[in-house]
Amino acid sequence: MAGVISRKRYDNVPRTDSAISEPLWVRWLLTSIAIGFLTLFLLIPLVVVFHEAFKKGWEVYLASLQDADAVSAIQLTLTVAAISVPLNIIFGLAAAWAITKHSFKGKSFLVTLLDLPFAVSPVIAGLVFVLLFSTTHGWFAPFLREHDLQVIFALPGIVLATILITLPFVARELIPIMEAQGKDEEYAALTLGAGGWRTFLSVTLPNVKWGLFYGIILCNARAMGEFGAVSVVSGNIKGKTSTMPLYIETLYMEYNGSAAFALASLLTLLAVFTLILKNFIEWRLSKNAHS
Amino acid sequence: MTTHTSSAPEFIHAKPRKRRPHRVIPGFGLSMGITVTYLTLIVLIPLSAVFIRSSGMGWEAFWAAISSRQVVASYKVTFGIAFLAALTNAVFGLVVAWVLSRYRFPGKKIIDALVDLPFALPTAVAGIALTALYSRTGWIGKYFYAAGIETTYSQVGIFIALTFIGFPFVVRTLQPVIESLDADVEEAAASLGANRFQTFFQIIFPALLPALVTGFALAFARAIGEYGSVIFISGNRPLVTEITPLIIVKSLESYRFPQATAVACVMLVASFILLLIINLLQRWSESVGKART
Repeated sequence: MAGVISRKRYDNVPRTDSAISEPLWVRWLLTSIAIGFLTLFLLIPLVVVFHEAFKKGWEVYLASLQDADAVSAIQLTLTVAAISVPLNIIFGLAAAWAITKHSFKGKSFLVTLLDLPFAVSPVIAGLVFVLLFSTTHGWFAPFLREHDLQVIFALPGIVLATILITLPFVARELIPIMEAQGKDEEYAALTLGAGGWRTFLSVTLPNVKWGLFYGIILCNARAMGEFGAVSVVSGNIKGKTSTMPLYIETLYMEYNGSAAFALASLLTLLAVFTLILKNFIEWRLSKNAHS
Repeated sequence: MTTHTSSAPEFIHAKPRKRRPHRVIPGFGLSMGITVTYLTLIVLIPLSAVFIRSSGMGWEAFWAAISSRQVVASYKVTFGIAFLAALTNAVFGLVVAWVLSRYRFPGKKIIDALVDLPFALPTAVAGIALTALYSRTGWIGKYFYAAGIETTYSQVGIFIALTFIGFPFVVRTLQPVIESLDADVEEAAASLGANRFQTFFQIIFPALLPALVTGFALAFARAIGEYGSVIFISGNRPLVTEITPLIIVKSLESYRFPQATAVACVMLVASFILLLIINLLQRWSESVGKART
């Protein structure tokens, strides 16, 4: 009721809206500060990547992307993402199912544990796997040497570090959505005789598909772009264990700026594409919420 | 039949005694099993390796590793500049969040989408882009260098990188809170004679404070662990522009494992404390939100 009364407009009180908004010059000033700050800190760095990448023309750009080491870096990055993202999807779905559809002791502890990889420095996320799997200093060093296995300075180490860094993304997106949807539809499906898997696949999954999709693209963007953790475990062997971000560093340190920015432009496109998809999904989600 | 009737009251009594709740939705065992196994293998065991390795060092060696002059200088650089960057983000993040949730202007959608760029852009790309931009010959850097401010290979450079990567946290924690504010309270304040600045600082700001502090803490936590974007722009001079994560990497590269582990241990403890504080702040934020509605 209070809301209804206070929103009445009285003719003898002009410009009611100005009472809950700032004077025009303040609005103008704040908007300018916001746009200025974002342009300076976010927009121009984005533009500079493409400017530097194309500084020496299209031919140099395309040639640096076709370089054998660059191609192998792109392939390795795609391989790492193709292994780590699906594993984190399975984990994210399982964690969200356990946390939102069931009650158990220690749930808030588990949720905090999920956030842990966000709080840990990428460098430490790489270091921990070196401590475990280094063939000289690691815990499993004797075992690895005996069986001639290589984890650090090889694909498995890169995948493990990437999984640790990107572990929370899918679960973090799913949990609030599944929490908000409650359990009623699952109860209904089970009452009607559907099994657990059937309920999950035809009731829960369609309900969270946009949130899941969003979680996957974020997870993927981070998996392909991870630098700190991967640089600690990979050894950065050109053409072998060098991912795209690592190869960008190598090129940059070799004063090959154009090639570094050419490769960086691909990852920037991925980031921009991720942001566009994110906004599309948010628009879909708000449309679903309104209907 | 007799067994059935005799067991009925027993069943009623037995139910509250049972500790395990009856689960209607299946799949608890499987999903919980996957979750716990995965977290244990990927997060818990690896992270505990840092503490177990450190505890095997002996106190004196540990203390020597974490308190050498170079390492202490790196804490000062990392924590000090991360604090300043988070503070800057709190101020500008508040302005941006306010403008994005309250005002209309052309291009707002694009600006809003742009806020998340530091989340999506790989840190190495951010590092080389910022270095190119703020270097002596860069588009922005040339003006700073003309004014005598060295924006790359300096502490200012680290500040720029840490501000960049921490920026979305404040905006994204504040935006939903600003949008949920009730206009009635502001109208009431205005009708009681408060001017807009009084309304903002006495009515709106206290309601935003928990979210603002949470955003600050998130940006700070992210900044102290940051590596990729910083190492390109900082110049990595020991004692001056060397960040703590770089100390860990350098120690590992020279096979000084105990040194790397001990410093990582300090960083992990700092991260855990921050995570705890952030959890408490989020609870505070929620309770302020509930008290308002």
